[in-house]
Amino acid sequence: MSAAPLDSKQEILERIRKAVDSVGNRAAEYAAIPREYRREGAMAAEAKMELFAARLYDYGTSVYRCTTAQIADAVAQALSARRRTGIVVAHGVPASWLPENFEFVEDDGLSYTALDASNGVLTGCELAVAFTGTIILRHGPGQPRRAVTLVPDYHLCVVRAQQVAETLPEAIRRVEEFRSTPLTTISGPSATSDIEMTRVKGVHGPRTLDVVLVS
Amino acid sequence: MSVRVGKAAEAPTFAQAARGMLGNAQLRHNVRHATDVIRARRAHAVGETADWQQLRDSARAIKDHVLRHLDTYLEQFETACKAAGGKVHWARDADEANTAIVDIIRSHGGTEVIKVKTMTSDETGLNPALEAAGITPIETDLADLIIQLGADKPSHIVVPALHRNKAEIRRLFMEKMQLPELGERAEDLAGAARRYLRERFLRVPVGLSGANFAIAESGSLCVVESEGNGRMCLSLPKVLVSLVGIEKIIPTFGDLEVFLQLLGRSATGERMNPYNSIWSGVTAGDGPQEFHVVLLDNGRTGVLTEPETRPTLACIRCGACLNICPVYRQTGGHAYGSIYAGPIGAILTPQLQSMKHSQSLPFASTLCGACYEVCPVKIDIPEILLHLRNKVVKSGGAPLAERLAMRFAARAFKNGGRLESAQKLVRIAQKPYVHSGSIERLPGMLANWTQFRDLAAVPAESFRQWWAARQNKEKK
Repeated sequence: MSAAPLDSKQEILERIRKAVDSVGNRAAEYAAIPREYRREGAMAAEAKMELFAARLYDYGTSVYRCTTAQIADAVAQALSARRRTGIVVAHGVPASWLPENFEFVEDDGLSYTALDASNGVLTGCELAVAFTGTIILRHGPGQPRRAVTLVPDYHLCVVRAQQVAETLPEAIRRVEEFRSTPLTTISGPSATSDIEMTRVKGVHGPRTLDVVLVS
Repeated sequence: MSVRVGKAAEAPTFAQAARGMLGNAQLRHNVRHATDVIRARRAHAVGETADWQQLRDSARAIKDHVLRHLDTYLEQFETACKAAGGKVHWARDADEANTAIVDIIRSHGGTEVIKVKTMTSDETGLNPALEAAGITPIETDLADLIIQLGADKPSHIVVPALHRNKAEIRRLFMEKMQLPELGERAEDLAGAARRYLRERFLRVPVGLSGANFAIAESGSLCVVESEGNGRMCLSLPKVLVSLVGIEKIIPTFGDLEVFLQLLGRSATGERMNPYNSIWSGVTAGDGPQEFHVVLLDNGRTGVLTEPETRPTLACIRCGACLNICPVYRQTGGHAYGSIYAGPIGAILTPQLQSMKHSQSLPFASTLCGACYEVCPVKIDIPEILLHLRNKVVKSGGAPLAERLAMRFAARAFKNGGRLESAQKLVRIAQKPYVHSGSIERLPGMLANWTQFRDLAAVPAESFRQWWAARQNKEKK
């Protein structure tokens, strides 16, 4: 704790009040902020899905498109292609997504070391954004822990058609009610531009991200 | 009060520092190559966003609004953050922030802390303060790790090791990480960082971050990153401390829809940066169970005072103004003597220090305006540079010869006849110094002017003379 936290706070606020003329109706001013940017998408459902898939391809993500009845098959396909088995199943994943003949590990509070040694993780998501190829994860009760979606080197994520918004503003409106729970947005696998500004995939987060896209 | 911007107060003037940098061909090559790459990518990412200008307008309006009501929004943030289980500390200056952070880490007996890239902590000189207290800071951003291992200084606000090329980084990693073998590709270097840091991420119980946005209505923070080191530091440790400048506030969660569209595209030319983490307070069973926010002033309230310079605080630290700046591209970031380099650094650094230090920085620009054009929050940097130059001159910052010369010029330019006489005079006086139409070196007290720039010579015939001669010819 700093020596006199209240004093520092009051002094900073005092300085701000002296510096700016903060009179006026704040709420009305905020409401009057111009927002002429694109908020609502206009794409047909299938075009939107194609755009989302194309964005994911750009990130080097493999996309497996399927129907609800085929989710387990698509998961099996993805795991076979990556030669992975025994991956962790995050909270919120229904048993119907798990194919037979593959081993899975329930996340019953696995240690970080166990997650690090795991072969990957299977999760659902809260929402996705087609225009940017973004997946939004919500954490908290009944949802995947943050560590589970981060420490394993492979992330397989199931996204359902009704979860795909076209624009970021649409998605933000839809997750707004969860603004007080932790949220993570993922746009492709972990990457860096720190070496000569050239984008390189795979640093600390999962180096491979695959998506099962359900229509 | 000890407002501090890294070690900017002790830095040489920009012109002095730049001279050394200009002589370093490798550095200039590295900076030019990297900024070329990022500019092309940014142009593509911005080009496909049809509503880019509308997003810029909204972003700026939101920031202006916040700055006018910053007191209210800060208190709103504090209330919401506390309600979510976070603890809020207020720091008037760098020392107060550092002390608060050291105390928190000490109260847990911590001897190590994993850090996500935070320029604000470079501003307060947090790492030396931690080390003095026996706490080892571990930088986890790849570029910051390169800087830390190389005992180097950041040269860019987004990509601090931009001045280092692949070969240099490889040599550094082999030596400092004790790797007898290491591949040459960027992927190999990133892999080495992954192995080096992984054990530390899983073990160290205290994390330290900055924040890109602090949301007033929910008391949440948002950290924008690419590598996943941010997510590691924000969600694996038991205790998390975030150092946040008071200007990072945005009113609502919904406002993210504007800033998240601008930041990634403008900073690294990506449609969206790979990871954003948003959280408020603590969440049972997930992530750190103790969370502290340190709200930092350190000169920011001083910048608020003047409406002309206030937009400086709207900056979201994308670095686009650095990448586009013809001056930055020649000198690199170190010449600015501040952790905030480039055009934004040239206006931010001196202002944070109440214009008492770094007075040469507002002059480190050609005023070409490219920075204003690329700025995602439309900060008119050239306008602010001029305003600050004016302040420096008024406070007696310009050399005597320059002030006399300017006074002479002002008199001459006021009157056509006088200007013509002055031109005649200069035409004769300049003769020994003119080479191919320009003057590279003025004599005596005037030499300062040409120390870092060429001066166009007064031509043999002025426009007025040419015009008059032309009219005469037509009459005949």
